Amino acid sequence: MEKFKTHNSQAIPLNIANVDTDQIIPARFLKATDKKGFGDNVFRDWRFDKLGDPVSNFSLNNPLYSGSILIAGDNFGCGSSREHAAWALVGFGFKVIVSSFFADIFKGNALNNGLLPVQVSERFLDHLFESVESDANTQFEVNLETQTISIEGTDLSESFDIDPYKKTCMINGYDDIDYLLSKKEIIEAFELQKTY
Amino acid sequence: MKKTLFDKVWDAHVVDTVQNGPQVLYIDKHLIHEVTSPQAFNELEERLIPVFRPHKIIGTADHNTPTLDQHLPVKDDLSRKQLAQLSENCSKNNITLFELGHKYNGIVHVMAPELGITQPGMTMVCGDSHTSTHGAFGAIAFGIGTSQVAQVFASQCLLLSKPKSLRVSVNGILKNGVLPKDVILYIISKLGTNSGTGYFCEYAGDVFENMSMEGRMTVCNMSIEMGARGGMIAPDETTFEYVKDREFAPKNEDFNTKVAYWKTLPTDEDAQFDKEYFFDAEDIEPMVTYGTNPGMGIKISERIPINNDPSFEKSLQYMNFEAGKSLINTPINFVFIGSCTNSRIEDFRVAADYVKGKQKAKNVTAWLVPGSKQVETQIIEEGLKDIFNAAGFELRQPGCSACLAMNDDKIPQKEYCVSTSNRNFEGRQGQGARTILASPLVAAVTAIEGKIIDITKQLN
Ligand code: SF4
Repeated sequence: MEKFKTHNSQAIPLNIANVDTDQIIPARFLKATDKKGFGDNVFRDWRFDKLGDPVSNFSLNNPLYSGSILIAGDNFGCGSSREHAAWALVGFGFKVIVSSFFADIFKGNALNNGLLPVQVSERFLDHLFESVESDANTQFEVNLETQTISIEGTDLSESFDIDPYKKTCMINGYDDIDYLLSKKEIIEAFELQKTY
Repeated sequence: MKKTLFDKVWDAHVVDTVQNGPQVLYIDKHLIHEVTSPQAFNELEERLIPVFRPHKIIGTADHNTPTLDQHLPVKDDLSRKQLAQLSENCSKNNITLFELGHKYNGIVHVMAPELGITQPGMTMVCGDSHTSTHGAFGAIAFGIGTSQVAQVFASQCLLLSKPKSLRVSVNGILKNGVLPKDVILYIISKLGTNSGTGYFCEYAGDVFENMSMEGRMTVCNMSIEMGARGGMIAPDETTFEYVKDREFAPKNEDFNTKVAYWKTLPTDEDAQFDKEYFFDAEDIEPMVTYGTNPGMGIKISERIPINNDPSFEKSLQYMNFEAGKSLINTPINFVFIGSCTNSRIEDFRVAADYVKGKQKAKNVTAWLVPGSKQVETQIIEEGLKDIFNAAGFELRQPGCSACLAMNDDKIPQKEYCVSTSNRNFEGRQGQGARTILASPLVAAVTAIEGKIIDITKQLN
């Protein structure tokens, strides 16, 4: 996993609530046996019409917008536990997803793939949408060490929460498997004396 | 301190606690299937890590399997490859696998309970969000992502922060024709799709105490649709009776010892929950959904609410429904009875009971997809298949099928499907398909009528 400290970028708005993982990556693309290539099909049925032509008014297709931050509506990533959704977003080039609420499993999956879910207040989310929608070139800064997200050129910023353990993992680029393997002896001891 | 059912099971499985961080939770059973495991096996292989406890893992092929001609090689290249990869990974790592055609094959959440793999007091995980189903037995069971599948392969543990606790109590007597599916659709319609996020939910009250194990599984199955990581119901005599004598259940003395322990698990009186909700059984009626998330549900006799939220409007537009209107008399061309929510024998009995002696409407394609080989056999042996055939329904072979439409079982663009599955997301049952979630009874009635009718009138 790549290390993550701060990230500066423009953003792409996706002002829709309850985006479920079936929309992020539809089930028919889940037949692959490796993690590559999912980025091509992220939001497939919103980005492309039936004939495979890009849907011009969908924000990810709008040439005005670019960047590796996705600003999304409330309750992002609900539904299926498929980690393919995180792989698809990472594959497309996103490093940060901002929303006022994330579904549990998606949040964990994102963190396990170096994709930072930044949860902000509804009010701040509105500010973010306003800034990017009024000027697509607005830059945003996400600082994981200080746990803040700010809109550059303004004094608007907000702090966000992250599990301290996960924060350390992201900053240092290591994952849960490394940690769990270091606990093998304790796990074996637990197996011998478990009480149930 | 007074403990909840969830506390008791969780605390018994904590191996270690990271300072200011998550806990290391031991996992008793890890279920796997073809779609979310291959990348986890790859990860271990790349990092030269062996599978730590292969005998605690059980695999099945379900998401990506055809429901016709299962004895023939799978036609779709990618699906066949994915299935072959599962078989190879399991045999290389000494993992028990019920592959396509095996007498124990089935949807992971139908197969494990009916084989007695699922037991009270366990921790269970699977790379599938509806793992919450197994909570019906008083187990902590939840869905995980593929990175976590790899973690469990490597260590039989997960790093997790303990979720908060939530209790939903439903008391009273359910009306005629109100099934467990209606109960959970009702709860989600009242609480919304993210009310449970960050929580583990316990269902309590007479309604669940009087429910069969099949019904409890239907309820716990859909916990994830209100955002909860999982749902649980306290184990009782109904649970013990169900588990007893099943293939992988403890036998004889072992069973008795286990039962004695299982009896200690129910929530202590006066234990505290972080959040509680109460509902009356009498208020619940047969339910249908009208939108594109499972929280958008109404009583079949009600009208679609009016709401100016853009996401709500987008959802109705996709469904081609209008706010303020009723769903009654909407013509329906597809009916699907299946999925890990409602593909157990009891579900087919309810449907067959209604269908007996009737004919499906001409416009309807009605698919019945059993949750497992064992359910399929039961359907045949109990004579239900004959009833369904005579009525014009099509009994297929077990699998996830049109629940997520990864195989050929897809609902065409713009068509409505009254479905007993758990998700009505855009495109879930096929690109552009419009899903209406309902109970197996409502589904059966719709297939006969060719449209949605107010069954509450018939039932009264
Ligand atoms: S039946 Fe549907 S919800 Fe259940 S495991 Fe299969 S795909 Fe998931």
